Amino acid sequence: MLLKRALGHILSCKDVSHLVSQMNERGLGPVERWTLRLHLAVCDACMRFEQQMRFMREAMRKYRE
Amino acid sequence: MPAADIAAQLETHRGYLLRVARLQLRDEALAEDVVQETLLAALSGSSFSGKSSLKTWLTGILKHKIVDAIRRKQREPLLAGTFDNECDIEDLDGLFKTSNGAWDTPPADWGDPEQALNRSQFFDMLDFCLEKLPPNTARVFMMREVLELDSDEICKELAITANNLWVILYRARMSLRECLEQNWFNAKS
Repeated sequence: MLLKRALGHILSCKDVSHLVSQMNERGLGPVERWTLRLHLAVCDACMRFEQQMRFMREAMRKYRE
Repeated sequence: MPAADIAAQLETHRGYLLRVARLQLRDEALAEDVVQETLLAALSGSSFSGKSSLKTWLTGILKHKIVDAIRRKQREPLLAGTFDNECDIEDLDGLFKTSNGAWDTPPADWGDPEQALNRSQFFDMLDFCLEKLPPNTARVFMMREVLELDSDEICKELAITANNLWVILYRARMSLRECLEQNWFNAKS
């Protein structure tokens, strides 16, 4: 919980949502990748969000096939 | 295969092609023209190898026709001015707490979403959600996810910055996510 709060100061859930979206268009820098991974490891909501974004990509792939 | 059979087969994909073109171009007449050109090109062309599905092949042809149409359309500053308000993400800020940027309403549990990919009703819902996006947002999202244009191409075609592009795609993804959650994943339970 403490780790989560500390991480929240570095990278909020809102920041995470932007990074997860931008990951599809650009490569993330090492610091971004590292803080993102840490955040996802302790935040269920963002982990869920990231999985849903991956699912939506998959759905769009099927949509165009 | 006799030509009439090929034509009939191509015809079964007209609806899908029209939906894609409409979302891209937001111009009914132009969308129909582009689809017509695509089907004609498919009929006269012999490049269909059978390696990909007919639908994938048609989407490939459509992609070129749409890019051509957008290039032609670019001379008319039709949708350009309206990009500004779609680049504005303040209305999405409500998704997060202002104090610390945490989720205001965290994403719901979608269970096993993969199952939805086998249901045609799910794709109808996806269409519905795509139609609900603001026009330019939908157009950019389709360029990226359906036509698979890369970021540089899209920015160049629409004369927007990479940052604009990320914001527009972010908006599209957040809205789609919410729409699917409300109308599909939550509606079922």
